Amino acid sequence: MQTETASGVVPGGRAPQGRPVIRLSEASLAFGERTLWSGLNLSVAPGEYFAVLGSNGTGKTSFLKVLLGLLPLTSGTVSVNGTRPHAAASRVGYVPQQRGFPARTPLRAKDLVAQGVDGHRWGIRTHPRRVHRRVAELLERVGASEYADAPVGLLSGGEQQRLRIAQALAADPTVMLCDEALLSLDLHHQHVVSELVHEQRQRTGCAVVFVTHDVNPIIEHVDRILYLANGSFRIGTPDEVLRSDVLSELYGTHIEVLRSNGRILVAGRPDSTHHTDSPEELIP
Amino acid sequence: MITAALDVGSFLDSVFVFDNYGELLALLRNSVWAGAVLGLVGGLVGTFVMMRDLAFAVHGIAELSFAGAAAALLIGADVVTGSLVGSVLAALIMGFTGLRAREGNSFVGVLMPFGLGLGILFLSLYEGRSSNKFSLLTGQIVSVSSLQLTSMVVLSAVVLVTLVGVWRPLTFASTDPLVAQAKGLPVRGLSILFMVLLGISVALSVQIVGSLLVLALLITPAAAAMNLTASPLRTVVLSVVFAELAMVGGILLALGGSIPISPYVTTISFVLWLVSRAVRAVRERTSSYGRTTTTPHGRSRASVTGPARP
Repeated sequence: MQTETASGVVPGGRAPQGRPVIRLSEASLAFGERTLWSGLNLSVAPGEYFAVLGSNGTGKTSFLKVLLGLLPLTSGTVSVNGTRPHAAASRVGYVPQQRGFPARTPLRAKDLVAQGVDGHRWGIRTHPRRVHRRVAELLERVGASEYADAPVGLLSGGEQQRLRIAQALAADPTVMLCDEALLSLDLHHQHVVSELVHEQRQRTGCAVVFVTHDVNPIIEHVDRILYLANGSFRIGTPDEVLRSDVLSELYGTHIEVLRSNGRILVAGRPDSTHHTDSPEELIP
Repeated sequence: MITAALDVGSFLDSVFVFDNYGELLALLRNSVWAGAVLGLVGGLVGTFVMMRDLAFAVHGIAELSFAGAAAALLIGADVVTGSLVGSVLAALIMGFTGLRAREGNSFVGVLMPFGLGLGILFLSLYEGRSSNKFSLLTGQIVSVSSLQLTSMVVLSAVVLVTLVGVWRPLTFASTDPLVAQAKGLPVRGLSILFMVLLGISVALSVQIVGSLLVLALLITPAAAAMNLTASPLRTVVLSVVFAELAMVGGILLALGGSIPISPYVTTISFVLWLVSRAVRAVRERTSSYGRTTTTPHGRSRASVTGPARP
Protein backbone atom coordinates (compact mmCIF):
# COMPACT_ATOMS: atom_id res chain seq x y z
CA MET A 1 0.00 0.00 0.00
CA GLN A 2 1.39 3.31 -1.03
CA THR A 3 -0.01 5.97 1.20
CA GLU A 4 3.07 7.77 2.37
CA THR A 5 3.38 10.22 -0.50
CA ALA A 6 3.52 13.32 1.57
CA SER A 7 4.93 15.38 -1.27
CA GLY A 8 1.46 16.85 -1.66
CA VAL A 9 1.84 18.83 -4.80
CA VAL A 10 2.72 17.22 -8.07
CA PRO A 11 4.49 19.53 -10.49
CA GLY A 12 1.85 20.74 -12.86
CA GLY A 13 1.15 18.91 -16.04
CA ARG A 14 3.97 16.43 -16.02
CA ALA A 15 3.46 12.71 -15.91
CA PRO A 16 2.36 11.83 -12.37
CA GLN A 17 4.79 10.04 -10.09
CA GLY A 18 4.13 6.81 -8.21
CA ARG A 19 1.39 4.27 -8.73
CA PRO A 20 -1.67 6.17 -9.87
CA VAL A 21 -4.68 6.14 -7.57
CA ILE A 22 -6.96 6.49 -10.56
CA ARG A 23 -6.38 5.19 -14.02
CA LEU A 24 -8.71 5.33 -17.00
CA SER A 25 -7.74 3.98 -20.36
CA GLU A 26 -9.67 4.43 -23.59
CA ALA A 27 -12.65 5.12 -21.39
CA SER A 28 -15.92 6.23 -22.88
CA LEU A 29 -19.35 6.85 -21.53
CA ALA A 30 -22.53 7.10 -23.55
CA PHE A 31 -26.21 7.19 -22.74
CA GLY A 32 -27.92 5.66 -25.74
CA GLU A 33 -26.98 7.70 -28.76
CA ARG A 34 -25.39 10.46 -26.79
CA THR A 35 -21.67 10.13 -26.07
CA LEU A 36 -20.58 12.14 -23.06
CA TRP A 37 -16.90 11.48 -23.58
CA SER A 38 -14.73 8.89 -25.28
CA GLY A 39 -11.07 7.97 -25.67
CA LEU A 40 -10.29 9.25 -22.20
CA ASN A 41 -6.82 8.24 -20.99
CA LEU A 42 -5.95 9.54 -17.60
CA SER A 43 -4.07 8.74 -14.47
CA VAL A 44 -4.20 10.66 -11.23
CA ALA A 45 -1.15 10.39 -9.00
CA PRO A 46 -1.13 10.15 -5.21
CA GLY A 47 -1.39 13.64 -3.77
CA GLU A 48 -2.49 15.22 -7.02
CA TYR A 49 -5.24 17.83 -7.06
CA PHE A 50 -7.35 17.13 -10.11
CA ALA A 51 -10.29 19.32 -11.10
CA VAL A 52 -13.09 18.25 -13.41
CA LEU A 53 -14.75 21.21 -15.07
CA GLY A 54 -17.51 21.71 -17.59
CA SER A 55 -21.09 22.80 -17.91
CA ASN A 56 -24.10 20.82 -16.83
CA GLY A 57 -24.82 17.71 -18.83
CA THR A 58 -21.24 17.23 -19.97
CA GLY A 59 -20.74 14.16 -17.82
CA LYS A 60 -18.87 15.62 -14.82
CA THR A 61 -21.02 13.88 -12.27
CA SER A 62 -21.13 10.74 -14.39
CA PHE A 63 -17.33 10.78 -14.35
CA LEU A 64 -17.46 10.72 -10.57
CA LYS A 65 -20.07 7.95 -10.59
CA VAL A 66 -17.71 5.87 -12.70
CA LEU A 67 -14.94 6.38 -10.13
CA LEU A 68 -17.35 5.38 -7.36
CA GLY A 69 -18.35 2.23 -9.22
CA LEU A 70 -21.96 3.37 -9.52
CA LEU A 71 -21.89 3.58 -13.30
CA PRO A 72 -20.14 1.22 -15.71
CA LEU A 73 -18.07 2.58 -18.57
CA THR A 74 -19.48 2.06 -22.04
CA SER A 75 -16.01 0.96 -23.10
CA GLY A 76 -12.46 1.07 -21.80
CA THR A 77 -11.24 0.37 -18.30
CA VAL A 78 -11.13 2.18 -14.99
CA SER A 79 -9.22 1.32 -11.85
CA VAL A 80 -9.08 2.99 -8.46
CA ASN A 81 -6.22 2.05 -6.12
CA GLY A 82 -5.32 -0.59 -8.70
CA THR A 83 -8.64 -2.40 -8.46
CA ARG A 84 -12.28 -2.15 -9.50
CA PRO A 85 -13.88 1.07 -8.25
CA HIS A 86 -16.50 -0.79 -6.24
CA ALA A 87 -13.85 -2.83 -4.43
CA ALA A 88 -11.88 0.33 -3.71
CA ALA A 89 -14.83 2.15 -2.14
CA SER A 90 -13.57 1.56 1.40
CA ARG A 91 -10.47 3.72 0.78
CA VAL A 92 -12.26 6.45 -1.15
CA GLY A 93 -13.51 9.59 0.58
CA TYR A 94 -16.62 11.07 -0.93
CA VAL A 95 -17.61 14.68 -0.25
CA PRO A 96 -21.08 15.36 -1.67
CA GLN A 97 -22.74 18.60 -2.53
CA GLN A 98 -24.26 20.28 0.51
CA ARG A 99 -27.91 19.37 1.02
CA GLY A 100 -29.97 20.09 4.07
CA PHE A 101 -31.07 17.25 6.32
CA PRO A 102 -34.70 17.02 7.40
CA ALA A 103 -35.08 18.88 10.69
CA ARG A 104 -35.87 15.80 12.80
CA THR A 105 -33.14 13.53 11.47
CA PRO A 106 -31.93 11.57 14.52
CA LEU A 107 -28.25 12.23 13.92
CA ARG A 108 -25.87 14.63 15.59
CA ALA A 109 -22.77 16.06 13.94
CA LYS A 110 -20.63 13.36 15.52
CA ASP A 111 -23.00 10.61 14.36
CA LEU A 112 -22.67 11.81 10.78
CA VAL A 113 -18.90 11.45 11.03
CA ALA A 114 -19.29 8.10 12.80
CA GLN A 115 -21.22 6.81 9.80
CA GLY A 116 -18.07 7.43 7.80
CA VAL A 117 -16.11 5.38 10.33
CA ASP A 118 -18.31 2.30 10.67
CA GLY A 119 -21.68 3.02 9.01
CA HIS A 120 -20.91 0.56 6.23
CA ARG A 121 -20.23 -2.33 8.60
CA TRP A 122 -22.95 -4.87 9.28
CA GLY A 123 -24.56 -5.43 12.64
CA ILE A 124 -24.51 -3.06 15.55
CA ARG A 125 -21.51 -1.20 16.94
CA THR A 126 -19.47 -3.47 19.17
CA HIS A 127 -16.60 -1.13 20.09
CA PRO A 128 -18.28 2.20 20.72
CA ARG A 129 -15.33 3.66 22.56
CA ARG A 130 -12.94 3.06 19.68
CA VAL A 131 -15.39 4.71 17.27
CA HIS A 132 -15.94 7.67 19.59
CA ARG A 133 -12.21 8.26 19.86
CA ARG A 134 -11.79 8.19 16.11
CA VAL A 135 -14.76 10.54 15.61
CA ALA A 136 -13.42 13.00 18.17
CA GLU A 137 -10.07 13.00 16.41
CA LEU A 138 -11.69 13.59 13.01
CA LEU A 139 -13.89 16.40 14.34
CA GLU A 140 -10.82 18.01 15.85
CA ARG A 141 -9.00 17.80 12.53
CA VAL A 142 -11.67 19.78 10.67
CA GLY A 143 -12.38 22.16 13.54
CA ALA A 144 -15.91 20.93 14.19
CA SER A 145 -15.55 19.74 17.79
CA GLU A 146 -17.62 22.49 19.32
CA TYR A 147 -20.82 21.53 17.56
CA ALA A 148 -20.28 17.78 17.81
CA ASP A 149 -23.59 17.34 19.62
CA ALA A 150 -25.70 19.55 17.37
CA PRO A 151 -28.44 17.79 15.39
CA VAL A 152 -27.52 17.67 11.69
CA GLY A 153 -30.82 19.29 10.78
CA LEU A 154 -29.69 22.48 12.51
CA LEU A 155 -26.26 22.80 10.90
CA SER A 156 -25.34 25.52 8.45
CA GLY A 157 -24.04 24.65 5.00
CA GLY A 158 -20.44 25.42 5.95
CA GLU A 159 -20.65 23.33 9.10
CA GLN A 160 -22.13 20.43 7.16
CA GLN A 161 -19.32 20.48 4.61
CA ARG A 162 -16.69 20.43 7.36
CA LEU A 163 -18.37 17.32 8.70
CA ARG A 164 -18.50 15.83 5.23
CA ILE A 165 -14.76 16.23 4.95
CA ALA A 166 -14.27 14.63 8.37
CA GLN A 167 -16.58 11.82 7.25
CA ALA A 168 -14.57 11.33 4.06
CA LEU A 169 -11.27 11.33 5.99
CA ALA A 170 -12.60 8.50 8.17
CA ALA A 171 -11.83 6.09 5.33
CA ASP A 172 -8.10 7.04 5.40
CA PRO A 173 -8.70 7.81 1.75
CA THR A 174 -6.13 7.52 -0.99
CA VAL A 175 -8.37 9.85 -2.94
CA MET A 176 -11.10 12.31 -2.01
CA LEU A 177 -13.85 12.69 -4.56
CA CYS A 178 -15.59 16.03 -4.17
CA ASP A 179 -18.87 16.48 -6.01
CA GLU A 180 -19.71 20.18 -6.26
CA ALA A 181 -18.73 20.32 -2.61
CA LEU A 182 -18.75 24.14 -2.55
CA LEU A 183 -22.05 24.67 -4.30
CA SER A 184 -24.64 26.60 -2.29
CA LEU A 185 -22.02 27.93 0.13
CA ASP A 186 -21.32 31.64 0.38
CA LEU A 187 -17.93 32.93 -0.77
CA HIS A 188 -16.41 32.93 2.69
CA HIS A 189 -17.34 29.32 3.34
CA GLN A 190 -16.31 28.28 -0.15
CA HIS A 191 -12.86 29.50 0.74
CA VAL A 192 -12.85 27.90 4.19
CA VAL A 193 -13.95 24.50 2.90
CA SER A 194 -11.63 24.64 -0.10
CA GLU A 195 -8.67 25.37 2.20
CA LEU A 196 -9.68 22.48 4.41
CA VAL A 197 -9.66 20.05 1.49
CA HIS A 198 -6.24 21.32 0.45
CA GLU A 199 -4.90 21.12 4.00
CA GLN A 200 -6.05 17.53 4.44
CA ARG A 201 -4.57 16.57 1.09
CA GLN A 202 -1.20 17.93 2.18
CA ARG A 203 -1.48 16.23 5.54
CA THR A 204 -2.53 12.78 4.34
CA GLY A 205 -1.04 12.78 0.86
CA CYS A 206 -4.33 11.70 -0.67
CA ALA A 207 -5.29 12.78 -4.15
CA VAL A 208 -8.28 15.06 -4.73
CA VAL A 209 -10.68 14.84 -7.63
CA PHE A 210 -12.87 17.91 -7.47
CA VAL A 211 -15.88 18.15 -9.74
CA THR A 212 -17.08 21.72 -10.00
CA HIS A 213 -18.68 24.18 -12.36
CA ASP A 214 -16.64 27.02 -10.87
CA VAL A 215 -12.90 26.57 -10.62
CA ASN A 216 -12.17 29.84 -8.84
CA PRO A 217 -12.50 28.74 -5.20
CA ILE A 218 -9.96 25.94 -5.74
CA ILE A 219 -7.82 27.33 -8.57
CA GLU A 220 -4.72 28.06 -6.46
CA HIS A 221 -4.43 24.39 -5.46
CA VAL A 222 -5.31 22.67 -8.71
CA ASP A 223 -2.56 20.71 -10.44
CA ARG A 224 -4.44 19.54 -13.50
CA ILE A 225 -7.82 20.00 -15.09
CA LEU A 226 -10.13 17.78 -17.08
CA TYR A 227 -12.35 20.13 -19.03
CA LEU A 228 -15.45 18.49 -20.52
CA ALA A 229 -17.50 20.13 -23.25
CA ASN A 230 -19.42 19.13 -26.32
CA GLY A 231 -18.65 15.42 -26.02
CA SER A 232 -14.96 16.24 -26.05
CA PHE A 233 -12.36 17.15 -23.44
CA ARG A 234 -8.96 18.63 -22.67
CA ILE A 235 -6.54 17.62 -19.93
CA GLY A 236 -3.69 19.75 -18.66
CA THR A 237 -2.57 22.34 -16.14
CA PRO A 238 -4.86 25.32 -15.60
CA ASP A 239 -2.53 27.43 -17.73
CA GLU A 240 -2.67 24.91 -20.54
CA VAL A 241 -6.43 24.43 -20.53
CA LEU A 242 -8.00 27.66 -19.35
CA ARG A 243 -7.04 29.61 -22.45
CA SER A 244 -9.19 31.34 -25.00
CA ASP A 245 -7.81 29.37 -27.96
CA VAL A 246 -8.06 25.97 -26.25
CA LEU A 247 -11.61 26.43 -25.00
CA SER A 248 -12.73 28.06 -28.27
CA GLU A 249 -11.58 24.94 -30.09
CA LEU A 250 -13.27 22.72 -27.53
CA TYR A 251 -16.60 24.51 -27.70
CA GLY A 252 -16.39 25.19 -31.42
CA THR A 253 -17.29 28.82 -30.86
CA HIS A 254 -15.45 31.92 -29.71
CA ILE A 255 -14.68 31.77 -26.01
CA GLU A 256 -12.92 34.44 -24.03
CA VAL A 257 -11.02 33.47 -20.89
CA LEU A 258 -10.56 36.51 -18.72
CA ARG A 259 -8.33 36.74 -15.68
CA SER A 260 -8.64 39.43 -13.10
CA ASN A 261 -7.28 39.46 -9.55
CA GLY A 262 -6.48 35.78 -9.86
CA ARG A 263 -10.07 34.93 -10.73
CA ILE A 264 -10.90 33.24 -13.99
CA LEU A 265 -13.96 34.01 -16.01
CA VAL A 266 -14.97 31.97 -19.01
CA ALA A 267 -17.09 34.22 -21.19
CA GLY A 268 -19.14 33.28 -24.22
CA ARG A 269 -19.90 29.71 -23.28
CA PRO A 270 -23.09 28.77 -25.11
CA ASP A 271 -24.63 27.59 -21.84
CA SER A 272 -22.82 29.81 -19.38
CA THR A 273 -25.95 31.58 -18.21
CA HIS A 274 -27.16 28.39 -16.62
CA HIS A 275 -24.01 27.28 -14.92
CA THR A 276 -25.25 27.97 -11.41
CA ASP A 277 -28.31 25.79 -11.78
CA SER A 278 -28.53 22.77 -9.54
CA PRO A 279 -26.14 20.12 -10.79
CA GLU A 280 -27.07 16.64 -11.78
CA GLU A 281 -28.05 14.39 -8.93
CA LEU A 282 -25.88 11.44 -8.08
CA ILE A 283 -28.89 9.15 -7.76
CA PRO A 284 -31.43 9.79 -10.48
CA MET B 1 -77.18 18.87 34.16
CA ILE B 2 -77.62 15.83 36.33
CA THR B 3 -78.17 13.56 33.36
CA ALA B 4 -75.04 14.96 31.73
CA ALA B 5 -73.04 14.19 34.85
CA LEU B 6 -74.47 10.72 34.91
CA ASP B 7 -73.49 10.24 31.31
CA VAL B 8 -69.93 11.23 32.07
CA GLY B 9 -69.98 8.83 34.97
CA SER B 10 -71.27 5.93 32.94
CA PHE B 11 -68.84 6.81 30.18
CA LEU B 12 -65.93 6.65 32.57
CA ASP B 13 -67.32 3.42 33.98
CA SER B 14 -67.23 1.85 30.57
CA VAL B 15 -63.75 3.20 29.79
CA PHE B 16 -62.10 2.15 33.01
CA VAL B 17 -63.37 -1.21 34.13
CA PHE B 18 -61.37 -3.07 36.72
CA ASP B 19 -63.85 -5.68 38.00
CA ASN B 20 -62.26 -9.08 38.53
CA TYR B 21 -59.08 -7.57 37.13
CA GLY B 22 -56.74 -10.19 38.54
CA GLU B 23 -58.65 -13.04 36.95
CA LEU B 24 -58.89 -11.24 33.62
CA LEU B 25 -55.21 -10.51 33.63
CA ALA B 26 -54.44 -14.16 34.22
CA LEU B 27 -56.78 -15.15 31.42
CA LEU B 28 -55.45 -12.62 28.96
CA ARG B 29 -51.80 -12.91 29.88
CA ASN B 30 -51.01 -13.89 26.31
CA SER B 31 -52.48 -10.63 25.02
CA VAL B 32 -50.25 -8.61 27.30
CA TRP B 33 -47.20 -10.52 26.14
CA ALA B 34 -48.26 -10.05 22.52
CA GLY B 35 -48.57 -6.33 23.20
CA ALA B 36 -45.12 -6.19 24.74
CA VAL B 37 -43.56 -7.94 21.76
CA LEU B 38 -45.40 -5.62 19.37
CA GLY B 39 -44.27 -2.58 21.32
CA LEU B 40 -40.65 -3.64 20.91
CA VAL B 41 -41.04 -4.25 17.17
CA GLY B 42 -43.10 -1.09 16.63
CA GLY B 43 -40.68 1.12 18.53
CA LEU B 44 -37.64 -0.14 16.63
CA VAL B 45 -39.17 -0.32 13.16
CA GLY B 46 -40.84 3.05 13.75
CA THR B 47 -37.53 4.88 14.06
CA PHE B 48 -36.54 3.69 10.60
CA VAL B 49 -39.99 4.51 9.25
CA MET B 50 -39.47 8.07 10.46
CA MET B 51 -35.92 8.31 9.11
CA ARG B 52 -37.10 7.09 5.72
CA ASP B 53 -40.23 9.25 5.77
CA LEU B 54 -42.51 6.29 5.14
CA ALA B 55 -45.51 7.23 7.29
CA PHE B 56 -47.86 7.28 4.36
CA ALA B 57 -46.53 3.99 3.04
CA VAL B 58 -47.21 2.38 6.42
CA HIS B 59 -50.82 3.43 6.11
CA GLY B 60 -51.02 2.03 2.60
CA ILE B 61 -49.48 -1.28 3.64
CA ALA B 62 -51.96 -1.52 6.51
CA GLU B 63 -54.92 -1.18 4.16
CA LEU B 64 -53.62 -3.97 1.95
CA SER B 65 -52.96 -6.01 5.03
CA PHE B 66 -56.62 -5.52 5.87
CA ALA B 67 -57.61 -6.66 2.36
CA GLY B 68 -55.47 -9.77 2.80
CA ALA B 69 -56.97 -10.55 6.18
CA ALA B 70 -60.50 -10.03 4.84
CA ALA B 71 -59.78 -12.32 1.91
CA ALA B 72 -58.50 -14.96 4.31
CA LEU B 73 -61.62 -14.60 6.44
CA LEU B 74 -63.78 -15.07 3.34
CA ILE B 75 -62.11 -18.20 2.10
CA GLY B 76 -61.76 -19.61 5.59
CA ALA B 77 -57.99 -19.40 5.69
CA ASP B 78 -55.88 -18.17 8.58
CA VAL B 79 -56.44 -14.44 9.08
CA VAL B 80 -52.91 -13.77 10.30
CA THR B 81 -51.44 -15.41 7.22
CA GLY B 82 -53.83 -13.42 5.04
CA SER B 83 -52.83 -10.09 6.52
CA LEU B 84 -49.16 -11.08 6.32
CA VAL B 85 -49.45 -11.92 2.62
CA GLY B 86 -51.33 -8.69 1.93
CA SER B 87 -48.91 -6.40 3.71
CA VAL B 88 -45.67 -8.01 2.54
CA LEU B 89 -46.97 -7.96 -1.03
CA ALA B 90 -47.89 -4.28 -0.73
CA ALA B 91 -44.55 -3.48 0.89
CA LEU B 92 -42.65 -5.25 -1.88
CA ILE B 93 -44.59 -3.47 -4.61
CA MET B 94 -43.81 -0.15 -2.96
CA GLY B 95 -40.19 -1.13 -2.40
CA PHE B 96 -39.63 -2.02 -6.04
CA THR B 97 -41.37 1.03 -7.44
CA GLY B 98 -39.11 3.28 -5.39
CA LEU B 99 -40.63 5.27 -2.59
CA ARG B 100 -38.28 8.20 -2.38
CA ALA B 101 -39.41 9.61 -5.66
CA ARG B 102 -42.27 12.02 -5.60
CA GLU B 103 -44.57 9.68 -7.50
CA GLY B 104 -44.03 7.18 -4.70
CA ASN B 105 -46.47 9.04 -2.51
CA SER B 106 -49.18 9.26 -5.11
CA PHE B 107 -48.62 5.59 -5.85
CA VAL B 108 -49.35 4.75 -2.23
CA GLY B 109 -52.38 6.99 -2.46
CA VAL B 110 -53.57 5.02 -5.47
CA LEU B 111 -52.91 1.64 -3.89
CA MET B 112 -54.45 2.39 -0.50
CA PRO B 113 -58.13 2.98 -1.41
CA PHE B 114 -57.95 0.02 -3.74
CA GLY B 115 -56.83 -2.19 -0.86
CA LEU B 116 -59.45 -0.80 1.46
CA GLY B 117 -62.18 -1.25 -1.15
CA LEU B 118 -61.06 -4.80 -1.83
CA GLY B 119 -61.17 -5.55 1.89
CA ILE B 120 -64.67 -4.15 2.23
CA LEU B 121 -65.78 -6.24 -0.74
CA PHE B 122 -64.42 -9.41 0.88
CA LEU B 123 -66.03 -8.52 4.19
CA SER B 124 -69.44 -7.89 2.65
CA LEU B 125 -69.25 -11.30 0.99
CA TYR B 126 -68.28 -12.92 4.28
CA GLU B 127 -71.22 -14.37 6.18
CA GLY B 128 -69.62 -15.26 9.47
CA ARG B 129 -69.63 -13.33 12.71
CA SER B 130 -69.66 -9.62 12.06
CA SER B 131 -67.52 -8.73 15.09
CA ASN B 132 -64.61 -10.34 13.24
CA LYS B 133 -65.14 -7.88 10.42
CA PHE B 134 -64.88 -4.72 12.39
CA SER B 135 -61.95 -5.78 14.51
CA LEU B 136 -59.70 -6.01 11.46
CA LEU B 137 -60.07 -2.28 10.96
CA THR B 138 -60.16 -0.96 14.49
CA GLY B 139 -58.52 -3.65 16.56
CA GLN B 140 -59.68 -5.71 19.49
CA ILE B 141 -58.51 -7.34 22.65
CA VAL B 142 -57.94 -10.64 21.07
CA SER B 143 -57.76 -13.49 23.45
CA VAL B 144 -54.44 -14.40 21.95
CA SER B 145 -53.98 -18.14 21.93
CA SER B 146 -50.65 -19.69 22.79
CA LEU B 147 -50.25 -20.75 19.18
CA GLN B 148 -50.90 -17.21 17.95
CA LEU B 149 -48.52 -15.83 20.51
CA THR B 150 -45.85 -18.25 19.39
CA SER B 151 -46.19 -17.29 15.73
CA MET B 152 -46.15 -13.64 16.70
CA VAL B 153 -43.00 -14.04 18.75
CA VAL B 154 -41.29 -16.00 15.98
CA LEU B 155 -42.13 -13.38 13.34
CA SER B 156 -41.09 -10.57 15.67
CA ALA B 157 -37.82 -12.36 16.36
CA VAL B 158 -37.19 -12.62 12.61
CA VAL B 159 -37.77 -8.87 12.26
CA LEU B 160 -35.61 -7.99 15.25
CA VAL B 161 -32.68 -10.25 14.38
CA THR B 162 -32.64 -9.00 10.78
CA LEU B 163 -32.86 -5.42 11.97
CA VAL B 164 -29.89 -5.86 14.30
CA GLY B 165 -27.94 -7.53 11.50
CA VAL B 166 -28.35 -4.59 9.13
CA TRP B 167 -28.53 -1.88 11.80
CA ARG B 168 -25.63 0.35 10.81
CA PRO B 169 -25.93 0.12 7.02
CA LEU B 170 -29.70 0.59 7.25
CA THR B 171 -29.27 3.66 9.42
CA PHE B 172 -26.66 5.02 7.03
CA ALA B 173 -28.80 4.32 3.96
CA SER B 174 -31.89 5.76 5.63
CA THR B 175 -30.40 9.04 6.79
CA ASP B 176 -27.77 9.65 4.11
CA PRO B 177 -28.53 7.53 1.02
CA LEU B 178 -26.21 9.34 -1.40
CA VAL B 179 -23.09 8.91 0.67
CA ALA B 180 -24.08 5.39 1.71
CA GLN B 181 -24.30 4.48 -1.95
CA ALA B 182 -20.96 6.11 -2.68
CA LYS B 183 -19.49 3.99 0.12
CA GLY B 184 -20.62 0.94 -1.83
CA LEU B 185 -23.62 0.00 0.32
CA PRO B 186 -26.49 -1.78 -1.46
CA VAL B 187 -28.92 1.05 -0.77
CA ARG B 188 -31.69 -0.32 -2.93
CA GLY B 189 -31.37 -3.84 -1.54
CA LEU B 190 -31.52 -2.47 1.99
CA SER B 191 -34.58 -0.47 1.08
CA ILE B 192 -36.42 -3.54 -0.21
CA LEU B 193 -35.31 -5.61 2.77
CA PHE B 194 -36.65 -2.95 5.09
CA MET B 195 -39.98 -2.90 3.25
CA VAL B 196 -40.33 -6.64 3.89
CA LEU B 197 -39.58 -6.13 7.60
CA LEU B 198 -42.09 -3.28 7.61
CA GLY B 199 -44.70 -5.47 5.94
CA ILE B 200 -44.29 -8.14 8.61
CA SER B 201 -44.43 -5.56 11.41
CA VAL B 202 -47.60 -4.01 10.00
CA ALA B 203 -49.29 -7.40 9.71
CA LEU B 204 -48.41 -8.12 13.34
CA SER B 205 -49.74 -4.75 14.49
CA VAL B 206 -52.99 -5.12 12.56
CA GLN B 207 -53.87 -8.06 14.82
CA ILE B 208 -54.06 -5.88 17.87
CA VAL B 209 -54.61 -2.24 16.96
CA GLY B 210 -56.38 -2.77 13.64
CA SER B 211 -55.32 -1.59 10.21
CA LEU B 212 -56.64 1.95 10.52
CA LEU B 213 -54.59 2.65 13.63
CA VAL B 214 -51.27 1.01 12.87
CA LEU B 215 -49.68 4.44 12.64
CA ALA B 216 -50.20 4.94 16.38
CA LEU B 217 -47.74 2.13 16.96
CA LEU B 218 -45.34 2.54 14.03
CA ILE B 219 -45.12 6.34 13.81
CA THR B 220 -46.19 8.15 16.95
CA PRO B 221 -43.71 6.65 19.45
CA ALA B 222 -40.75 7.24 17.12
CA ALA B 223 -41.95 10.74 16.28
CA ALA B 224 -42.26 11.52 19.98
CA ALA B 225 -38.75 10.18 20.61
CA MET B 226 -37.33 12.34 17.83
CA ASN B 227 -38.87 15.39 19.44
CA LEU B 228 -36.80 14.72 22.50
CA THR B 229 -33.37 13.76 21.20
CA ALA B 230 -31.18 13.71 18.12
CA SER B 231 -28.99 10.92 19.45
CA PRO B 232 -29.61 7.76 17.40
CA LEU B 233 -29.31 5.46 20.40
CA ARG B 234 -31.55 7.52 22.67
CA THR B 235 -34.11 7.85 19.87
CA VAL B 236 -34.38 4.09 19.60
CA VAL B 237 -34.58 3.54 23.36
CA LEU B 238 -37.24 6.24 23.87
CA SER B 239 -39.23 5.05 20.89
CA VAL B 240 -39.38 1.53 22.31
CA VAL B 241 -40.28 2.82 25.77
CA PHE B 242 -43.11 4.94 24.36
CA ALA B 243 -44.41 2.11 22.19
CA GLU B 244 -44.39 -0.23 25.21
CA LEU B 245 -46.20 2.32 27.34
CA ALA B 246 -48.87 2.69 24.68
CA MET B 247 -49.26 -0.99 23.87
CA VAL B 248 -48.96 -2.64 27.26
CA GLY B 249 -50.62 0.29 29.02
CA GLY B 250 -53.43 0.27 26.47
CA ILE B 251 -54.02 -3.46 26.82
CA LEU B 252 -54.01 -3.31 30.62
CA LEU B 253 -56.60 -0.54 30.57
CA ALA B 254 -58.72 -2.23 27.93
CA LEU B 255 -58.85 -5.68 29.51
CA GLY B 256 -61.93 -5.19 31.63
CA GLY B 257 -64.09 -3.06 29.36
CA SER B 258 -66.02 -3.62 26.19
CA ILE B 259 -64.24 -0.91 24.23
CA PRO B 260 -61.65 -2.09 21.69
CA ILE B 261 -58.03 -1.73 22.61
CA SER B 262 -57.17 0.81 19.92
CA PRO B 263 -58.59 3.98 21.54
CA TYR B 264 -56.46 3.32 24.61
CA VAL B 265 -53.31 2.72 22.57
CA THR B 266 -53.83 5.70 20.29
CA THR B 267 -54.67 8.04 23.17
CA ILE B 268 -51.64 7.08 25.21
CA SER B 269 -49.28 7.47 22.27
CA PHE B 270 -50.88 10.77 21.29
CA VAL B 271 -50.49 12.15 24.80
CA LEU B 272 -46.85 11.04 24.85
CA TRP B 273 -46.32 12.83 21.57
CA LEU B 274 -48.00 16.01 22.84
CA VAL B 275 -45.76 16.08 25.89
CA SER B 276 -42.66 15.47 23.79
CA ARG B 277 -43.64 18.26 21.43
CA ALA B 278 -44.07 20.66 24.33
CA VAL B 279 -40.69 19.70 25.75
CA ARG B 280 -39.12 20.29 22.35
CA ALA B 281 -40.73 23.72 22.04
CA VAL B 282 -39.33 24.76 25.39
CA ARG B 283 -35.89 23.37 24.63
CA GLU B 284 -35.57 24.95 21.21
CA ARG B 285 -35.64 28.34 22.85
CA THR B 286 -32.77 27.59 25.17
CA SER B 287 -30.24 25.21 23.67
CA SER B 288 -27.47 26.33 21.35
CA TYR B 289 -25.44 23.12 21.07
CA GLY B 290 -22.29 25.00 21.93
CA ARG B 291 -22.59 27.47 19.10
CA THR B 292 -23.52 31.07 18.68
CA THR B 293 -27.08 30.63 17.44
CA THR B 294 -29.35 27.82 16.42
CA THR B 295 -30.59 29.18 13.16
CA PRO B 296 -32.09 26.47 11.01
CA HIS B 297 -29.93 25.38 8.12
CA GLY B 298 -30.14 27.47 5.00
CA ARG B 299 -29.42 30.72 6.76
CA SER B 300 -25.75 31.43 6.90
CA ARG B 301 -23.96 32.18 10.09
CA ALA B 302 -21.21 34.67 10.64
CA SER B 303 -18.46 32.07 10.78
CA VAL B 304 -18.16 28.32 10.71
CA THR B 305 -15.80 28.30 13.60
CA GLY B 306 -18.30 30.24 15.62
CA PRO B 307 -16.86 33.34 17.27
CA ALA B 308 -17.90 34.44 20.71
CA ARG B 309 -21.52 35.34 21.20
CA PRO B 310 -22.04 38.94 20.14
